[in-house]
Amino acid sequence: MKQGIDTMKLSRRTLLSSAAAAAAMTMPRFAFAQAETIKVGVLHSLSGTMAISETTLKDTMLMLIEAQNAKGGLLGKQLEAVVVDPASDWPLFAEKARELLTVSKVDVMFGCWTSVSRKSVLPVIEELNGLLFYPVQYEGEESSRNVFYTGAAPNQQAIPAVDYYLEELGVQKFALLGTDYVYPRTTNNILEAYLIGKGIAKEDIFVNYTPFGHSDWSKIVGDVVALGADGKKVGVISTINGDANIGFYKELAAAGVTADTLPVVAFSVGEEELSGLDTTNLAGHLAAWNYFMSADTPENAAFIAAWHAFIGDTARVTNDPMEAHYIGFNMWVNAVTAAGTTAVDPVREKMWGQTFPNLTGGIAEMLPNHHLTKPVLIGEIRADGQFDIISQTDPVPGDAWTDFLPESAVLEANWRDLQCGMFNTETNTCVQLTSNY
Amino acid sequence: MTLLQPRHRSALIFIACLAVFTIAVTIAAQFGLVSTSFVKTLGKTLCLCLAALAMDLIWGYAGILSLGHMAFFALGGYMIGMWLMYARTEEIVVASLLNGGLPATPEEISQGIATQIFGVVGASDLPAIWSFAYSLPLQLALVVLVPGVLALVFGWLAFRSRVTGVYLSILTQAMTLALALYLFQNDSGLRGNNGLSGLQNLPGVTASQDAVSLWFFWASAAALAVAYLTLHAIVSGKFGSVIRAIRDDEARVRFLGYSVEGYKLFVFTLTAVICALAGALYYPQAGIINPAELAPIASIYLAVWVAIGGRGRLYGAVIGAAIVSLLSSWFTGGRVPSIPLGFATINWVDWWLVLLGLTFVCVTLFAPKGIGGLFDRFAGVHAPDRKGAPLGPDQGSLMEQEAKE
Amino acid sequence: MRLTALLVAALCWLAPLPSLAQEAARIVAENRAQIEKPSRQTIGPVIAELAGSGDAMADDILSAWADRRLVIRKSDGAMFVAAAEGEGLALTALDGTPAGTAASGDLTELKPNAGVRRLIATALVQFTLSDPDPSQRQAALASIAQDPTADALEPLRAAIATETDPALKARKQRLERLLTLRFDPSSAARVAAIDSFGADIGLDLRGALNPLVATTRIASATPPEGNVARELRLGTDIPEDEAYALLVAANLAPARLTLEEQRAALLANLQDGMVGGVPLAELDSQAARDRAYTALEASGAVPVAATDGEARAVLATVKFYEVHAEPDPAVTSAAQAALDRIGTAVGVMQTADLGLDALSLASIYFLAAIGLAITFGVMGVINMAHGEFITIGAYTGFVVQLFVPDLTLSILIALPLAFAVTFGGGVAMERLVIRHLYKRPLETLLATFGISIALQQILKNVFGTQARPLTSPAWLDGAWVLNDVVSISYIRIAIFVLALVFLAFFLWLMKRTRLGLEVRAVTQNPTMAASMGINPDRINMLTFGLGSGIAGIAGVAIGLFAKVTSELGTDYIVQSFMTVVVGGVGSIWGTLAGATMIGSFQKVIEFFNPSNTLAAQTYMILFIILFIQFRPRGIIALRGRAAGD
Repeated sequence: MKQGIDTMKLSRRTLLSSAAAAAAMTMPRFAFAQAETIKVGVLHSLSGTMAISETTLKDTMLMLIEAQNAKGGLLGKQLEAVVVDPASDWPLFAEKARELLTVSKVDVMFGCWTSVSRKSVLPVIEELNGLLFYPVQYEGEESSRNVFYTGAAPNQQAIPAVDYYLEELGVQKFALLGTDYVYPRTTNNILEAYLIGKGIAKEDIFVNYTPFGHSDWSKIVGDVVALGADGKKVGVISTINGDANIGFYKELAAAGVTADTLPVVAFSVGEEELSGLDTTNLAGHLAAWNYFMSADTPENAAFIAAWHAFIGDTARVTNDPMEAHYIGFNMWVNAVTAAGTTAVDPVREKMWGQTFPNLTGGIAEMLPNHHLTKPVLIGEIRADGQFDIISQTDPVPGDAWTDFLPESAVLEANWRDLQCGMFNTETNTCVQLTSNY
Repeated sequence: MTLLQPRHRSALIFIACLAVFTIAVTIAAQFGLVSTSFVKTLGKTLCLCLAALAMDLIWGYAGILSLGHMAFFALGGYMIGMWLMYARTEEIVVASLLNGGLPATPEEISQGIATQIFGVVGASDLPAIWSFAYSLPLQLALVVLVPGVLALVFGWLAFRSRVTGVYLSILTQAMTLALALYLFQNDSGLRGNNGLSGLQNLPGVTASQDAVSLWFFWASAAALAVAYLTLHAIVSGKFGSVIRAIRDDEARVRFLGYSVEGYKLFVFTLTAVICALAGALYYPQAGIINPAELAPIASIYLAVWVAIGGRGRLYGAVIGAAIVSLLSSWFTGGRVPSIPLGFATINWVDWWLVLLGLTFVCVTLFAPKGIGGLFDRFAGVHAPDRKGAPLGPDQGSLMEQEAKE
Repeated sequence: MRLTALLVAALCWLAPLPSLAQEAARIVAENRAQIEKPSRQTIGPVIAELAGSGDAMADDILSAWADRRLVIRKSDGAMFVAAAEGEGLALTALDGTPAGTAASGDLTELKPNAGVRRLIATALVQFTLSDPDPSQRQAALASIAQDPTADALEPLRAAIATETDPALKARKQRLERLLTLRFDPSSAARVAAIDSFGADIGLDLRGALNPLVATTRIASATPPEGNVARELRLGTDIPEDEAYALLVAANLAPARLTLEEQRAALLANLQDGMVGGVPLAELDSQAARDRAYTALEASGAVPVAATDGEARAVLATVKFYEVHAEPDPAVTSAAQAALDRIGTAVGVMQTADLGLDALSLASIYFLAAIGLAITFGVMGVINMAHGEFITIGAYTGFVVQLFVPDLTLSILIALPLAFAVTFGGGVAMERLVIRHLYKRPLETLLATFGISIALQQILKNVFGTQARPLTSPAWLDGAWVLNDVVSISYIRIAIFVLALVFLAFFLWLMKRTRLGLEVRAVTQNPTMAASMGINPDRINMLTFGLGSGIAGIAGVAIGLFAKVTSELGTDYIVQSFMTVVVGGVGSIWGTLAGATMIGSFQKVIEFFNPSNTLAAQTYMILFIILFIQFRPRGIIALRGRAAGD
């Protein structure tokens, strides 16, 4: 991989500026119009509320594709990115996905951020037998034939973080704060079941949901602080999404809530989100991810250097979903090379068992349930907006159907051996082949 | 023959155009000249045109700028979506329970459906509002009833207390915002932010999406034609004269003995029901509905389409909605060439909204009659130049339009 | 401390005490693997051994470890205590000998997690409780307060007498009483300690008292031993299901049959298409399944499951009790009495805190709406781009901070600059667009909406979609804390003050200045005003600019406490319009009343439904809609000529 990054740097010099590079990549049909190309659909919102997170991923994909082309492309052809803008509009995701598959005829898609956008795309790609790489940590309870989930399932992020709370910090009372949508709802459900299984009383779990972009946090922070009144150690588990975090952390800092008295572990706060605020007063609060920019490995250093060179700004950070795309894209490239074609079914079969080095060390493996094995990292926020990695597990295999909810505990996904994404092990039947969205 | 009177000419031309368009698209789709996704886009656009038609009736003719009509549109979608989701899930659940050895009890089936639909948002009971979801006729009735009753109650309250003009606009905006926030909550029983999804897969239908998308396209075109003729009949009769009079001088109409509130309430409810029907046709094509569809901005866009197309003429609304939504789809599709300016590049994905916004300002300023105004030019119709002096005392109306008739 | 430790280390080195000086290094070497990857569950003994080693270096090693200054040299794996020195780090070997310097890149820091750091801090308490450095003593007290243990009581008592700092002394005394009421062996001393607090509402006190009165529920046929709180009445104090579950947990009754178990049992006994005499095809109702199961029970094929009647019979034979974990009844009753006293005080304070929160939210709404109160309320122009002016103000603050690193100064520059920028923007918009649309208010709404989406996208293209930092100066950090319940952050107080300032400014401008007079004249009757020599064009332009300018300043303030993204303004636009409409168009007092009402109403709903903030917003808007139905002109309706139309 190191070599790949080096060639990428070389190719960069031929381009005038990063702006020109980005422009060239967004009108690729003019750049490579002559030769036949392999088309890669990029389905990330570039406008609307989710643009804040997804634009970076679009740039990541363009960078990876450029690097692959510099290495000579794939199967002797150049890769061509087809970028569309679903504009944070969920029905538009389905429309654009159909367009990518039927009009642009892309061979693979990388995209989506929110669960609802993925659910919107699912029926389309299952109907048309497309291929989607989904790079974001999510709530699980799904395994589609046509989707590879390169982000974390709950057992690769939430459960280890709660274990850390229980074992290392001795937290006895939990405040689950989340934005009101499916990922926090399902994650909190799983966590509630898990915590009750660990002997935490139901009264000791406080749950609160706020709307997207919520900014008035004083009362909620006050409520959480007041939870400490019964002498139990309180910990906050935050599934607050997007820019609502900025107001939340500012209020935490203002209220003098330190990580010593009331730790907060966040599942949706990474380097990107922290770049929007001053973290000096937040040092010590936690986040759980499968990747942190501060990971000390040569692969990561090369990745960050390539990213900075591509985007033309050394202040830009890298984050977990970017690593997910990096792994997903490279696995796909290897699977295509192994299959000798970009046709979806052979590539799918080659994807199972595909391995690729993580940026944080260790090897990621694509499981037959379409999830990755990933190490779980817990980081403490530093004053400079980066994370100190204080805990790193061995790679954990992603579990599509959680073991902590009774309805899902009996379900299993295995596309290689069972040819089913929702297999009931109690009745030994495949509940359904296509997803129920 | 009354239909051949000059005032009906525009309706005949419109229906003819729509028929030609529908047939052309159908033929093109058969020969694979247009893709399924484009047929879907066109079908959805026709539904949006239908909603714009309703918006034109209430704003262009009755002068009530409602910024909440997309709420009715989405409610219609939710009502049909509930049945689609329930019926599809029921098939899956029954099939999977058949494998279980024992024949399923009704409790097990409803439990299974609830788990499938709500498992994703962490609940496993079917909320009360799903009580009728098992039945297509009942749920179809709700498509009309729920938005209709909501519009009736809201309109009755608002018109009764004489809320008019911008206040009504803000109030309708508040209504759609409140509904959106309510639906965003998981407790509302409609899967919160996740909304209802997979609606394009019709239960019990095995035909491919290529066929299904054409069916919906035809249905949308038929609905648009019927609605156009109905609304044309309404606005070209006496009723139309009264609502235009209300737009231009509400007080005077009231003094003439007309029940202004009654007329307004009728128009408000009728347009709400049309919007709901449009939504019920739209969302099975879109595939997913969620509360973001009710955000106030959606209704503002509806007004934008009507304004760009030209208020106070039915075909104007259709043209505006079609052009703006198709352009928008084209510009965000990433297949529009960027414009290199040397120092910077105009990337349409980034600049399309800027263009739309500025176009909109220009249309408002320089072409208050919108694209429809161009037809007047061709037809040689010129509004009298009154040097900007208003005809009536009400400032909100487009009075020049009236002056020519 | 570091200096003293170094001094001590140096002394040790000069006058070596070889046996002890090697002790800490030996312990570290023996537990090297654990120290490199510590877990709170297992590292305790190692820390205790180090702390108790008597080696003067132990204190230093432990504190360095907690501060992430315990490092491993990558080249040879040797462990050192590091201290920042110029570019690199000065190293000290674990036996106290200086070991030169190294670049930070050559070293790996050990990063113990917060749980381990807390254990270290607890272990260090014995060294630091009487440390000459007050901040060390403070840290020691914080550590005890966080993890109170019986062991800390004696050292703490010993450290009180020698304390010189009065504030720290008070804190030590309070902490001593808190520890006494939990851990003192004498019941009387504990009760005295509890009573000494009176109705103190400190969180730490409640945290100490509540565990004392905590109870568990048990099922027992005879009255149980121990400190019984009360007997539970079946049905009223404890639901039957819960009671039965207790019995099952205590192995006093068999578990109830679940539907899944019944199903599995029926399946297991499927013979020739019949289950218990019932044909398989008929098992599609619960009644038929029950019938089949009963038949199986009768034939002995399945275990007998408890029916409702049997369950009730079992429940009748047992009694249910709540038992305190704390064995001393005197202590529990004293603690309960204290908690009852505190409860009332806390209730009052919570109301006060809710009031503060409501006031703060109201001032934010007011600030966001005040510009609109001018453009919409006074001039009647619907400016949908108002939200974007707020955003532009916030981004102005961000840009200023890029160039002016001093935070205080940058805010002082940003406020007038944001005003200037948005004033200019407002004037340009008025001249170019709105001027032409005064006769068509509904179209102003649409045109300004066009401007709004264009501006928002331009901001996105310029500043990117990421949130940008807008940092408040240090003197606005933190919160004004009255007690453990009532507190409000300084930034919110600042916003409140700013809102008041603008209220005063608005009143002064409209009532006391020539401009205000002319504005009022033009809005009431432009033709008449023009014939009196007022230039309505100029007045409209200035008024609109002013409204926009104030929105810009509001943007800086809002950006300071929330996020700065291109969507910032969108969050406030609908609320702002509603604030103005609810309050009554044309009256600044109305806007104030509207903001206050909306803010308090929202907080009150949040109070009743704390787990769902979205519901509060929904019902707030619903309330506004209903309110407008009954008072279409808002809270403060203008009357007479000023009302215009």
